[in-house]
Amino acid sequence: MSGAIGLATVGMTKIFGDFTALEDVSIDVRAGDFHALLGENGAGKSTLVKCMMGFQPPTRGQVLLDGKPVSIADPRAARDLGIGMVYQHFTLVPSFTAAENLVAARGHVPAVVDWAKERKSLDAFLETTPFRVPLDRPVRELAAGEKQKLEILKLLYLDQRFLILDEPTSVLTPGEADEILGLLRGMTDAGLVSVLMITHKFREVNAFARNLSVLRRGRLVGAGAVGKVTTAEMTQMMVGDAVPRPRAARVAHAPVADAKRALEVVALYASDDAGTPRVRELDLHVEPGEILGIAGVSGNGQSEFIEALTGQRPIDDGRVFVAGQAFSPTRGDFARFKVFGLPEEPLRNAAVPRMSVAENMALRSFDRAPIAGVFGWLKPATMRARARDLVARYRVKTTSIDAAIETLSGGNVQRAILARELSEAVDLLIVVNPCFGLDFSSAAEIRNQILEARNKGTAVLLVSEDLDEILELADRVAVMSQGHIAMTAPIGETDRNAIGRAMAGH
Amino acid sequence: MSDMATLATVLFAMIGGAIRVSTPFLFVSLGECVTEKAGRINLGLEGTLVLGAMAAYMVAYETGDPWLGVLAAGCAGLILGTMHATLCSLPRVNDVAIGIALMSFGTGLAFFFGKPYIQPQAPRLPSVELGGWLGNPQLAEALTVNPLFFIGVALAFFLRWAFDNTRYGLLLRMAGDSVAASRAMGVSVDGVRLAATAAGGFLSGIGGAFLSLYYPGSWNEALSSGQGLMAVALVIFARWDPQRCFYAAMLFGAAGALGPALQSVGIVKGYYFFNAAPYILTLLIMIGAGRDGKAARAMPSELGVQR
Repeated sequence: MSGAIGLATVGMTKIFGDFTALEDVSIDVRAGDFHALLGENGAGKSTLVKCMMGFQPPTRGQVLLDGKPVSIADPRAARDLGIGMVYQHFTLVPSFTAAENLVAARGHVPAVVDWAKERKSLDAFLETTPFRVPLDRPVRELAAGEKQKLEILKLLYLDQRFLILDEPTSVLTPGEADEILGLLRGMTDAGLVSVLMITHKFREVNAFARNLSVLRRGRLVGAGAVGKVTTAEMTQMMVGDAVPRPRAARVAHAPVADAKRALEVVALYASDDAGTPRVRELDLHVEPGEILGIAGVSGNGQSEFIEALTGQRPIDDGRVFVAGQAFSPTRGDFARFKVFGLPEEPLRNAAVPRMSVAENMALRSFDRAPIAGVFGWLKPATMRARARDLVARYRVKTTSIDAAIETLSGGNVQRAILARELSEAVDLLIVVNPCFGLDFSSAAEIRNQILEARNKGTAVLLVSEDLDEILELADRVAVMSQGHIAMTAPIGETDRNAIGRAMAGH
Repeated sequence: MSDMATLATVLFAMIGGAIRVSTPFLFVSLGECVTEKAGRINLGLEGTLVLGAMAAYMVAYETGDPWLGVLAAGCAGLILGTMHATLCSLPRVNDVAIGIALMSFGTGLAFFFGKPYIQPQAPRLPSVELGGWLGNPQLAEALTVNPLFFIGVALAFFLRWAFDNTRYGLLLRMAGDSVAASRAMGVSVDGVRLAATAAGGFLSGIGGAFLSLYYPGSWNEALSSGQGLMAVALVIFARWDPQRCFYAAMLFGAAGALGPALQSVGIVKGYYFFNAAPYILTLLIMIGAGRDGKAARAMPSELGVQR
């Protein structure tokens, strides 16, 4: 087994159109280092490692391998240089055993595999690593931790000595994460491999990394040795101390004596598609005329929670009350309690892509008067008149109201759906990442619509990965971590650092 | 006749029937198994079976050599399989729809070219006597086995071994289970699927040769009666394992032999009902396989109706 290699970037810059994803980033990961790369979503971490792995060419900048400049044109070139990457999702063949995955990864499989011989050499190889996985069971039967070990073993088996790990512990239990990172740290200490790990979790950085670099908005904003940089300083570097956007104007609501909570969720449980519990004993409530912002690192159960609340996913356990009454996510209850929403990826979750803009705008109301006439016959003229009115009022840019909604740009799909959801009286509005991927002016407009609804007395549940958005819009903030609410506070009584720490699981 | 003797007669008839009737099931299901392992569904194997039967009969009649007929049947299947794979490798082409189209195409082609061969008698495949030394004529009759059966059984066990122990086996399973992993290895997924579908067609064609050249042993248009389609259900029941395909084919064969076996001892009541046994079994198996999560887990991940 050969030794670790060091990798450094010099002045790495990546420009997409008029968007600078990465600007003049130089990081140095020496041979045998365990280096943590920190940053918020969209800070440029993925762009940086994609440039290092040859997935995309940098606009400017260079990669140095053990001090010498190298050109990495594609991932294959990176592999040949001994640079390997573990992705957020598993890349193993699920029906293959661990042994089959390793042999197949080698690329040149003999015509007839002599498994006795292969097993002997695999066992010998495993002896050189601290990782232990069952070789003879199909990978789909393995636990997430074992799969992640196997992903790392695959790289080591191909003799890759510089490992890039992209949030390697996001699907692991804390126990599994500690075991794997501990073993990797041991290997770096022995000078066998170097590790560059993208992560959000300060605990893992403090426990296992030796050095760290922090990116924000595409720039390197800090670097240093773990232990010399405090967690508070790391948070500060990640979220920055920029002046947030001015808070939008809002009206204060006079307290109402017997006001019922617009939404109350009690001890809710939900699981993902594989049956793993993702929402655990979640409690929260939203008052009328209030925006509750749910912050959190993505993948902490937010999607599953909203899907359970809106009927896209079964509720395993727990109760949901709207306006003080038991609520089940059916079309009838949505209409009765005036619950509306803008889910994430609205084209997928809230629209029928190939139906026209007019039809999509009538999805809530097509079966009621005035659009539905006698015997349930549609009145297309009424439907189209309504759609024309909404398109004009919400400034949806479309060639015609008869165009398929999938032909609209992302921002205009979002506007069209929001127009539909806000076109009637709304008591409870559920919005998820409403401005994701939108340009500045579209985002500002959509935020204004949400705030306007709140000022009219609508209760708003806002889930967002953008902390700035939550700080701008929310009256109260709740932080979701590992499936439950880790912290709730009125927006005036908390700050970015406290929220950041709760997000990171402290 | 005593009850014991009656039971023995039925049992022997069913064993013999299972071996006879299972052979086409075995070949078609092995063909479908190879195809589906690579991540593609070929529903056209019913058409391949019928075209194979016709081609075998025609060539055997014209040349006088039944084995040349078997080869011709395989080649006819190979061509249909290649057509399926080529059409499916085009963008946004649905393999189920192509399969159904090719099913009609195969049967139509067979009926068109097969018209002149309904009357004449082609040479049949030889059979192997296994039970002559037992001195029991019923058992000897039951153990008169066709050579294709042996080839099929050997093939089932060979394929089971090859999926785990050869390069092509691993590549095939990889194409069916993870397109991303195959591409990462620089393997052409469409190429693997082309080879698998063509090989699957070849095997199904041979299944057809058995129908026209051994049992029932003549060519007519009602020869297959949906066996090619039932074989698809059988692959699900066998959880995409060639060895289990063999056991499942035997089970289907025994079910198919139930009607004639009962008739041979004079039970004619419900003859049509017993003849429907394989179809009822198919229904039950589909329901059972759906309930048990095992089949869903064994299914190649890339196998899907939606593309």
